[in-house]
Amino acid sequence: MKAIMLDKETYKQLLNQYISTQDEGALYRAERLTRNFIKKNILPEEIIDLHIQVLRETYPTIYEEMVYMCQFLLETMISYGLAIQENETLREKQLAMRTEISLAANIQKTLLSSTLPEVDGLDIGVISVPAKQMNGDYYHFVTGKDGSIGIALADIIGKGIPAALCMSMIKYAMESFPEQLMNPNDILRRLNHVVELNVDSSMFITMIYAKYKNGLLTYASAGHEPGIYYCKETDTFYNLKAKGLVLGVSTDVSYSQYEQELKAGDMIILLTDGVTEYRNGDQFAKRGELLRIIRQSMKLKAQDIVENVYQHFNSLSEYYQQDDFTLIILKKY
Amino acid sequence: MDSQSCVSIQLERDIIYARQIGRQFAEQLQFGLVEIARIAATISEIANNIFLYAEKGQICFQIMEGTGQKGLRIIASDVGPGIKNIEKAMEDGYSTSEGLGAGLPGIKRMMDEFEITSIVGEGTRIKVIKWVRSCDNEG
Repeated sequence: MKAIMLDKETYKQLLNQYISTQDEGALYRAERLTRNFIKKNILPEEIIDLHIQVLRETYPTIYEEMVYMCQFLLETMISYGLAIQENETLREKQLAMRTEISLAANIQKTLLSSTLPEVDGLDIGVISVPAKQMNGDYYHFVTGKDGSIGIALADIIGKGIPAALCMSMIKYAMESFPEQLMNPNDILRRLNHVVELNVDSSMFITMIYAKYKNGLLTYASAGHEPGIYYCKETDTFYNLKAKGLVLGVSTDVSYSQYEQELKAGDMIILLTDGVTEYRNGDQFAKRGELLRIIRQSMKLKAQDIVENVYQHFNSLSEYYQQDDFTLIILKKY
Repeated sequence: MDSQSCVSIQLERDIIYARQIGRQFAEQLQFGLVEIARIAATISEIANNIFLYAEKGQICFQIMEGTGQKGLRIIASDVGPGIKNIEKAMEDGYSTSEGLGAGLPGIKRMMDEFEITSIVGEGTRIKVIKWVRSCDNEG
């Protein structure tokens, strides 16, 4: 109430100036004054009240009908005033929630972080960028005692917090599996069981699991975006064919396992659909675009290639990323 | 005018009558225009709750005179289903999203004191107080 009294004189002065001159300057200053009102949380009905007071002071002989009109307007503004206050509270709540989510995203990063293994003869590059704060893509590298490495890449259908929570489950389930005798198809079969038991039926997970040892890649896929194999000898890209049901749909699923031999100069490209469905307006950047960029930067280190691809697609979509983006490249040398 | 009065709410026109009585009390206490309008809006809200959800109910007005301050107390009580989840009903965006008006949070904002008790299957009682601020009468 006090705040509005201080501005009352200004309001009165501007109103009188406008009445006598219809001056644009008065309107401009009134606009500034309104912003000041908003900053001080002064509601529409309070401004009309102020208006009535100024009217009465300026025109002591004003018709009562005119005042009634203003009172009528004041009464109709009460609900707007409440709506403004409610919006303000909801906005504050939203801000608090965002802060909480960004804390959760940091925890997710720590929980799910995976260090790149060092493997003789293999250059590895990886990039994973969430569309929103929480990442629905997940990759993980494990190094086996026999010198092999395991690579898991998963995409949860559905984004945001539920997806992120689900990721942690996948990670800890995988860690609980005994290392010896674990093949990609066994891992997917077991994970499918875990997901089927624990995850809501509306949520699906696609995953590709690959194991690399001594120039041989063994892999299995649960409905995941097909990986790509680059053959140096023929200078051609091939899709890594793999069949398998997405995780969590059916109880008993067995997965086929596939093999791909790698020679010096060959590459394996693993990705999530966020890479191939990168949008440029209404156009999806298709796999062809991905291969073009990879071909261009093929001579670079694997890490530089994946970063190049991300930069390229990001600028293509005018820096508006719609889906989580994860790309892994293995380069045999 | 007496310092106390009750209006029973059964029909929609009773809401209008309750607003009228409430406005008379508010004017008698020399509330400012804005506060009078807020008191009327509060009455609409609580009377509408009775009209829509309860079997019967009433709204009572009482002028409060304490040490150095005056105010209007409004109590709405009904026999009805009660509110299952008061916490939820007090949340912003809950009733407004259903298009039910200001809702309980709105009432709380417009009034100085707000108290609600509800027993499921028995009824609800809402007590609000608006105090007269001295600067309401200034200007």
